[in-house]
Amino acid sequence: MINFGFTINKPRTIDLNRNNLNKSNEVIREMPELQTCIGCGSCTASCTAGNLTDFNFRKVHTLVRRGEYQGAYEEMNKCMLCGKCRLVCPRGINTRGVVMLIKRKLGDF
Amino acid sequence: MKHVIVIGGGVAGMQCAAELAMQDIKVTLLEKKSDTGGKVRGWHKLFPTFTPADEVLSGLRHKMALTQNITTKTGCEATTITPQKVTLSTGESINCDAVVVATGYTLFDAHIKEEYGYGIYDNVITSADLEEMFNKDDVRMKDGSTPRRIAILHCVGSRDEKVCQRHCSKVCCVTGVKQAIELKQMYPAADVFNFYMDIRMFGPGYEEMYREAQQKYNVHFVRGRISEVSPNIDNRLQIKAEDTLTGRPLKMGVDMLVLLIGMKSNDHNASLKADCGLQCQNSGFMQPKDSFLHNTESNIEGIFYAGAITAPKNVAEALNDGATAALRVKDWLNKQ
Amino acid sequence: MKRSSWTDYQKDIADDHYYYARSCIRQNFFPGSEKVFLNILGKDLGRDIFDDPLHTSCTGIGYHSDVVPLETIMAVVARQFSLMSDAGYENFTSSCITSFGIYTELLATWEEFPETEERTRENLYKATGREFKKPKNLAHTSDVIFHHREAIAQRAKRKLVNVYTGEPLKVVEHIGCHYAKIFPKSGIGGSEFPYVLAGMVESWGGELVDYPERRHCCGFGFRNYLVQANRGYSISNSHKKLESMAPYKPDFIVCNCPGCSMFLDKWQYTIAEMDGTTYGQNGQGIPVLTYEEMAGLVLGYDPWELGMQMHQVDVEPLLDKMGVEYDPSAKYLGRNGKYLGRPEPTAVNSYSSRDTRYFIKQ
Repeated sequence: MINFGFTINKPRTIDLNRNNLNKSNEVIREMPELQTCIGCGSCTASCTAGNLTDFNFRKVHTLVRRGEYQGAYEEMNKCMLCGKCRLVCPRGINTRGVVMLIKRKLGDF
Repeated sequence: MKHVIVIGGGVAGMQCAAELAMQDIKVTLLEKKSDTGGKVRGWHKLFPTFTPADEVLSGLRHKMALTQNITTKTGCEATTITPQKVTLSTGESINCDAVVVATGYTLFDAHIKEEYGYGIYDNVITSADLEEMFNKDDVRMKDGSTPRRIAILHCVGSRDEKVCQRHCSKVCCVTGVKQAIELKQMYPAADVFNFYMDIRMFGPGYEEMYREAQQKYNVHFVRGRISEVSPNIDNRLQIKAEDTLTGRPLKMGVDMLVLLIGMKSNDHNASLKADCGLQCQNSGFMQPKDSFLHNTESNIEGIFYAGAITAPKNVAEALNDGATAALRVKDWLNKQ
Repeated sequence: MKRSSWTDYQKDIADDHYYYARSCIRQNFFPGSEKVFLNILGKDLGRDIFDDPLHTSCTGIGYHSDVVPLETIMAVVARQFSLMSDAGYENFTSSCITSFGIYTELLATWEEFPETEERTRENLYKATGREFKKPKNLAHTSDVIFHHREAIAQRAKRKLVNVYTGEPLKVVEHIGCHYAKIFPKSGIGGSEFPYVLAGMVESWGGELVDYPERRHCCGFGFRNYLVQANRGYSISNSHKKLESMAPYKPDFIVCNCPGCSMFLDKWQYTIAEMDGTTYGQNGQGIPVLTYEEMAGLVLGYDPWELGMQMHQVDVEPLLDKMGVEYDPSAKYLGRNGKYLGRPEPTAVNSYSSRDTRYFIKQ
């Protein structure tokens, strides 16, 4: 291999043809209310952990729903389980339950 | 007996004609097409209650038949309009005491958004095409097979400067959710994705329907506009969008793409402005006298508006407009 | 593919008397293409075309890499137009897509902002003492070939057909961003479903491949390529396109733009060296042709006269498929029989080195 001084970038596209949605479907089956998220960001805005780290609950669970599992488990570990997000969610999603569910499902990732 | 001409036999025009007739006013209802019913005639079910569109139309037809005061003339267009006289494209002119313009809107031509390949790729269809398929109970791909993954794209020809349609067509969000539910009812195993910019659930029962689509029917919602459609090697359609909630580009293959086409003002509105002295808004829709107390009146005394001629409206609003315009006409005729 | 929409985008293309502007990239990397374009127009089709030694680069590469300012490029373009008028022509045709984009953009700018045209007239007069007239007709040279595609089909010696199977050759067409993505109306078929190359391919017997990344840029991107550290962006785009088209097994790629021809061709070598991926039949690469070369092959020109030995990816497998007779030993002989030297064999340039049937005349 020759070093040309530049690299071929990996696509950062979410490819729903390639992503395996099995785990994602399991999460949704156990907690269908997660589907009702309207992406308002209240959870992230009120998040204790998110104020200290780049943890973004909305983004992580959306990625999980798209089959992008890489790093999701580690991200969810940043959650302090304080439950503020659950108080503010306009859709009444059991967000703390989502954190626990994703950790349980994606422990291997 | 006073005589009013109602131009346009869609739901607003039909309602207005029926209401006027019941007030002992003679009505001539002009319809361009061969039958009344307007756009609703092509629709299968109406949101958010899934009421068959036919039910609304037969109700209106029944109401119109309650008196003998309505003459319906189909297959004719009005060319020039004054409060006293309407000239038809046939050259014939009809005298009257007032006119209600209820010519509605035009469905956005999806061919114009070339990047979506409507008319080029077989399984790219519009929301109107899908309603037609529902009516025939035959929602299938061009080759006859069952779609397993369907994407529905919001705002096609709405909120889009590139095609000179800056306004929101208002009904497409709700239609997209309604059609997603109907598709899931028909094919429970299929995946249905809504690609939206904003979800505008403004009416009673709409938000509840949206939530039901998410929770009960497992309809997926991705916040992002599809940027282009191309064919895949397996004959599916590849769509590209940004998943704006994760901030990453997204692509997927789908079997069918439904374009939620918006409401465009009629081209004819320009000649209403030029030839009849009526005022248009920047969007091309006609300008009512004001937006609150005189919203079914035009800038010319004796010419009234009903329905989507003044702005995108849903069926219920068009029906209300028809009734309101009838009341305003009657008031005005009494004053003469 | 039902490309009905292309008929909505009609543009006037002059039928005769063209003033020809060359392309920096094309004349360096595909010099045979420009020569053969002049021959096709002049000799095969009997049209009057003027190749003016006085004209220069449009400086588009500099403009798009933020080196040449807008006022400068306007003056340069004005000078080209002035030369055209001097030579007694009104129909301007440029060989380069970027130049074509520049001419279209500047004509539109002058139309929208007449004061910029006035300033350009002043600048040109101060610098050179020249005045200029805007062309009556502006076309890219592919538009000109498109315009004459049926006349070329009538004179065709070969078709874009696989002689072994009788099937049409599968062709990937690549248009080049500056052809119609700046002004969709300036291109035949607009920017989403351009028909300029598709029309040639269909008229000459080939079959078009529509693939997911058809509309994607080749990745040249000027400053992306020109700065070495950014070159990854450039190659990633070509890589994306090649990955996307590979499953369709295209027989060749035909490009509208000289830059795209160069990058889609040469990046195949780089990709092979960087991650070992090779495309095309037996991993020999997908040949990349200019439309002049494609027209030349159809009209029966000798591939070496067309300059096809300059390609990174060997064209011989394609020539064999098309039933083109050629002298393998003459591949690296230039005009007048002078030996040009031959490239080192690489993963996508192995056809001649693997094949020992012939001896290269030195």
